[in-house]
Amino acid sequence: MAFSGLDIYKLLPKTNCRECGLATCLAFAMQLAKKTVGLEKCPFVSEESKNILEAQALPPIKQITIGVDDNHFDLGNETVLFRHEEKFRNQPGIGFVIEDSLTDAQITQRLNKINDFKFERVGQELKVNLVALKFSQNEKRYLEVVKLVLKQTLLPLVLICQEAQVLRQALVLAQTRAPVIFGANPENLNLIGALAKEFNAPLVVSAADIVALTKLTEELKTLGVKDLILDTGDKPVAEKIWDLTQLRRQALKKSNRALGYPSLVVVKQSDPYQEAIEATAYIAKYAGIILIQGLDSWEILSILTLRQDIYSDPQKPLQIEPKIYPVGLVTDKSPVLITTNFSLTYYTVLAEVEASKVPAYILSIDTQGMSVLTAWAADKFSAEYITKAVADAKVKELVKHNNLIIPGYVAMLSGDLEESSGCNIIVGPKEAAGIPSFLKNLS
Amino acid sequence: MDPQLVVDKWPGTIFTVAIGAKSNEGGSRNEEIKIGGQNCLPLMFKEGVIAHPPQIAFEILDIPGVDLSEELVKVYGAALKDPLSWAQKCVQEFGAKLISVKMQGSHPDFGNRSPLESAKFIELLLKKVNAPLIITGSGDDANDSLVIPACSEAAKGERCLIGSAVQDSYKTLVASVLADGHSLIAESPIDINIAKQLNILISDMGLGLERIVINPTIGALGYGLEYAYSIMERARIAALAGDKTLACPFICFVGQEAWKTKEAKVNPEQGIIWETITATSLIQAGADLLVMQHPRAVSKVSQFMEQLFKK
Repeated sequence: MAFSGLDIYKLLPKTNCRECGLATCLAFAMQLAKKTVGLEKCPFVSEESKNILEAQALPPIKQITIGVDDNHFDLGNETVLFRHEEKFRNQPGIGFVIEDSLTDAQITQRLNKINDFKFERVGQELKVNLVALKFSQNEKRYLEVVKLVLKQTLLPLVLICQEAQVLRQALVLAQTRAPVIFGANPENLNLIGALAKEFNAPLVVSAADIVALTKLTEELKTLGVKDLILDTGDKPVAEKIWDLTQLRRQALKKSNRALGYPSLVVVKQSDPYQEAIEATAYIAKYAGIILIQGLDSWEILSILTLRQDIYSDPQKPLQIEPKIYPVGLVTDKSPVLITTNFSLTYYTVLAEVEASKVPAYILSIDTQGMSVLTAWAADKFSAEYITKAVADAKVKELVKHNNLIIPGYVAMLSGDLEESSGCNIIVGPKEAAGIPSFLKNLS
Repeated sequence: MDPQLVVDKWPGTIFTVAIGAKSNEGGSRNEEIKIGGQNCLPLMFKEGVIAHPPQIAFEILDIPGVDLSEELVKVYGAALKDPLSWAQKCVQEFGAKLISVKMQGSHPDFGNRSPLESAKFIELLLKKVNAPLIITGSGDDANDSLVIPACSEAAKGERCLIGSAVQDSYKTLVASVLADGHSLIAESPIDINIAKQLNILISDMGLGLERIVINPTIGALGYGLEYAYSIMERARIAALAGDKTLACPFICFVGQEAWKTKEAKVNPEQGIIWETITATSLIQAGADLLVMQHPRAVSKVSQFMEQLFKK
């Protein structure tokens, strides 16, 4: 919970000395709460107050960077419990568990699939993020596997190993990739903590409940380990959702710094459907890293798409550049379809135009990312707007016909648009799914 | 000091809506299915009572299947040619506890079936299967306003869930539902204020909030799911905080949306998982009743719910 102006005022000298440039300490406190001035303007604030206020200014959930170079990503720094309150910031990392008991050939085959998991949806690239190597019992084998994986993928690594001796050697091999250590537990805390500190590696810390976790993170903090990731172990899905919710609430509602870190979950379901259901449930409920095993591309796409949905910014719909897009081998006879620049609308229309196999132009109007009906209601998809866009895109130079196709939902624009643009207006289908048969019947 | 759990207690409770009347209540259904009744956020089992797990209805049409994806055509096979066999297959083969029938045949593009013929179909359907029914319109406003009241009357006393009442046209439907003892779907276009307003208008006509189910309108996974997700979360939080006019269960037409997507047509697994994840994600946002199409997706979602609600 952020400090209010009055909370801050209580920590100030209350002398109204005006050194800060404001008339009173209360006025200064109010400005501090709004973050329009800095605390350094007050020369008389006590060290104690300063520490409290600075700690308060830190994000409630620490931001942690995983991996290096192009494949690095951030976790944490979340500020809300529900996405409509602002937005969820850092997408959870999706990773794949690989056991060292597999053969080299099996591992290579898996890594090849994992490396290929790249999808494009509504103009964004969807990627998987991590490979997690699980130690079983043979030290030599584990180190071989670490080497193999380092060679075959550039994705960041998680070293699932609780043996300090083995882990040290694995870290030496992998240190340039800044691997995550998974991890510390009540039994190995000091040894593993020391390694995390030495290699400056993010450390997953496991305990069954928040009381035990708090103890561990506090001890690790005194050991000097900075980047922690929280895990509450294997549990049924409902309990896991409860734990993840508690961790988020502890950090945000109780300002509990000892639990102000991202979290990690391991999904253990052999059925790809159940695995995806569970993984997506954790995406919606705050997980920072989600480790799975499944390698079916249809499963991975569904998980990554849900992540894209949940982590989209509710205040800023995804938009594309408003301009004219040729689809297929267009000629001066190709039809011109008009739609908005809301990504979802545009890409849905695009997919259907492509499916129709009729070369066509799509003119996307700048509706500030609003969908057809919303934009029409907000006067951003008006005859005047569309006429200007038609002129700006030089549509009349691109095609010889004089026809424009508008979405069925805005049929009411026809008259005005015909008048303002001087074009013939054809009313298209209401739903994009109707586009292929519409275009085929057009000619 | 040990951290204390943050346990949210809410003053509000979601209304319980019953679907289906058994013979002791003058109907002929085999079961009465209840949805709603919870006083906490979805899946927060430790914070309140989740009286009824989310329920799943199988969706059929009142005419032979049209515009259905290849995969659905394959899975239902010959039964698709006869809506009554289709319904029966859902119940007998796939264990459907609820059937949702869309009166597609009354749409001008699909045969313009008259209110009388549509009502006749409902009578036959009620004889063929004894699962509780959800009845929805074809989307053609003019025809729906005649066809749905006729269907409502044909199912009088069976306590169906009937839809959809919308802001511009709800009066006729509310009157029918009141007269025939059903419950009502109130549909709003991903808009919490319209949902609330519509519920007020409907309850002003004398239909109690405990007989309304909100259809918030949803998008499938990757097709605007997050808009419905957040609207549902917001509405549910407001309801639990005490706003009775939003304290109705949610119905989500998952199947229709999921099987419309490009992804669902790529391969069978992709389609099934698309419908599955759309459903389970909306359960997390507060969905109480899911209208689905593919039996495997239904079984995957049911399996997940069994896990969640295991005692």
